Amino acid sequence: MSESISQAPAPEAAATGLPGGSAGAVPAPRNRNEFIHYGLRNPKLVLGLTVEALLVLAAIIAPFFAKYAPLETTNMAAQHPGGAFWLGTDLNGYDMYAQLTNGLRESYLIGALGAAFATVVGLVVGFLAGWRGGWLDEILQLITNVLVMIPSLVLLIVIGSYLSSRSILFEGAFIGLTTWPWVARAVRAQTFSLRSREYVDLARLSGKRPVSIIVKEIAPNMASYLFLVVILLFGSSMLIAASYDFLGLGPSQTVSLGYMMNQAANNSALFYHMWWVVIPPGAVLTLMVVALLIANVGLDEVFNPKLRES
Amino acid sequence: MRRYLTRKLITYVLAFFIGVTVDWALPHFMPGDPIQGMLSKYNVANTAGYQALYAQFEASYGLNVSLFQQYLNFWHGVLTGDFGQSIFAQGASVSSLVFSAMPYTVALLVPAVLLSYALGNRLGAAAARRKVLDNSVLPLGYVMQAIPYPWLALVVVYLFGPLWHLFPTSGGYDEGLVPHWDWTFIASALDHWFLPFLTVFLVSLGGWAIGMRNLVIYELENDSSRYLRALGSSERVVRRYAYRNASLPQLSGLALQLGVVIGGNIVTEVAFQYPGLGNLIFKAIGAQDYFLLQGIFIFIVIGVLLANFIIDLVFVSVDPRTRLSMQGAMA
Repeated sequence: MSESISQAPAPEAAATGLPGGSAGAVPAPRNRNEFIHYGLRNPKLVLGLTVEALLVLAAIIAPFFAKYAPLETTNMAAQHPGGAFWLGTDLNGYDMYAQLTNGLRESYLIGALGAAFATVVGLVVGFLAGWRGGWLDEILQLITNVLVMIPSLVLLIVIGSYLSSRSILFEGAFIGLTTWPWVARAVRAQTFSLRSREYVDLARLSGKRPVSIIVKEIAPNMASYLFLVVILLFGSSMLIAASYDFLGLGPSQTVSLGYMMNQAANNSALFYHMWWVVIPPGAVLTLMVVALLIANVGLDEVFNPKLRES
Repeated sequence: MRRYLTRKLITYVLAFFIGVTVDWALPHFMPGDPIQGMLSKYNVANTAGYQALYAQFEASYGLNVSLFQQYLNFWHGVLTGDFGQSIFAQGASVSSLVFSAMPYTVALLVPAVLLSYALGNRLGAAAARRKVLDNSVLPLGYVMQAIPYPWLALVVVYLFGPLWHLFPTSGGYDEGLVPHWDWTFIASALDHWFLPFLTVFLVSLGGWAIGMRNLVIYELENDSSRYLRALGSSERVVRRYAYRNASLPQLSGLALQLGVVIGGNIVTEVAFQYPGLGNLIFKAIGAQDYFLLQGIFIFIVIGVLLANFIIDLVFVSVDPRTRLSMQGAMA
């Protein structure tokens, strides 16, 4: 329908900072060693990946060192960070270390779930629309465009107000099912430009089935580009989840970083100058997403020779 | 051009139709009975009395006719601007609530979105392929993009409120004032407007700047830019062309952003307790006020479509391809 949007990657650029790679950005198939060669020499990629790896490690290991469960009161309210409570406690006496490390885990989980749902739906829709073209393309584009225009937060509120309890899976699925248009648009545009290449024609002439052409001939050629989109979705899923949780619309009975922000605001931690309750959850989440974004730019430069700084 | 606009219009009409239908259908096909919920507040023990009350409520909300008739009635309400009565603010009609909240949202978000768009694009274009600028704008932009908005709001509230006592951190105007046009009210409203404006502005700025930087880099490496350079154009001219080409995708991003404005930035308005549409939505959920939610949703759909249509018209004037109906061949 609206080529002006799908052809131009701007909405992605605006929403998730996706580099403006239009169809021209498809890298030619390249030797894997070359990617590793440039990857190891790209300071952005190395820095981003190192920070991210440390954070993932912390998300896996750190919760085991918590002395309390995230929602178990220590009976010691408003303790400063220090010996007994590494990151202090809030007004309800919850251990901030336990909550923060648990929240770190939840954030990665929700990021992975959201990105996974969005990728699967986006891939299917994008390939179908780009490969088949015609009326199917028109209909799928229409759905995509309508979905992009609906403010997902309002939709979540309406749906959420009918559910008595929400799970992490629900939140991940919801985020994925409202962000897939970004993947679908990218995949559709790429499929469109790839499907008229000679090697695809050749595969078609040789009697290959469409599914195997898509999997073997088209998908590998957009893999790097797709990878970048998925990384950005991962980051934005974590941010979206933080907003939902902040509004109290997140999964019930789970402590996430957004939930910690919600509690900090509701308990007026600010007005008691309890900075150790307010600062850590957001600072950690910012670091998680910044590291992803920086690694993403690095990867983009590795995959796309035009962007390498000479 | 006509083909382009007709296609756009068809999309919008369809989107509006789908939006209204979904808005009507959601409460109907969801589990739970809103009337039962309302009645449970009254603790009616007597069965006959309960049934009478139930019938009364059903009739007053127009739920005692066939589903199809209800759907038609809903459309009638939408087209005449009658969305019924709000549940939580008793006696107020949904449209009056929406119209009294709308000015705050528009005054807060439209300047924030437009200013961050203008400044972010300039910053990003200036940073592209200029090492010194790029090394400062880019990391800052990433941090701004990565900051979870609710947390930014918390930190800003903390700094300007309890710590420095510079700005009020909640509400749309001083308590005790009645909204009307006079200087004390406007001064107070501006005072309350500043912090939410600042946070939205900052958060959007990074995204625009990074988007523009990336797009300009791609444009500068484009064959058309190389051709210009080969012709001996100055770098300034090449950059101007690159900027204009890169503006197109940014413009369609602006359409999305402006559309969201109408729905209000719920997180912003909740964090600062700003009396706009976002806050109204949040209160409506708390009170399970379905009629209010339905009404606001329609306004959001209309706003989003309107913003998109305006940007489409802008596209016709800035992108010659739309005038030549060459869009289809471009993918």
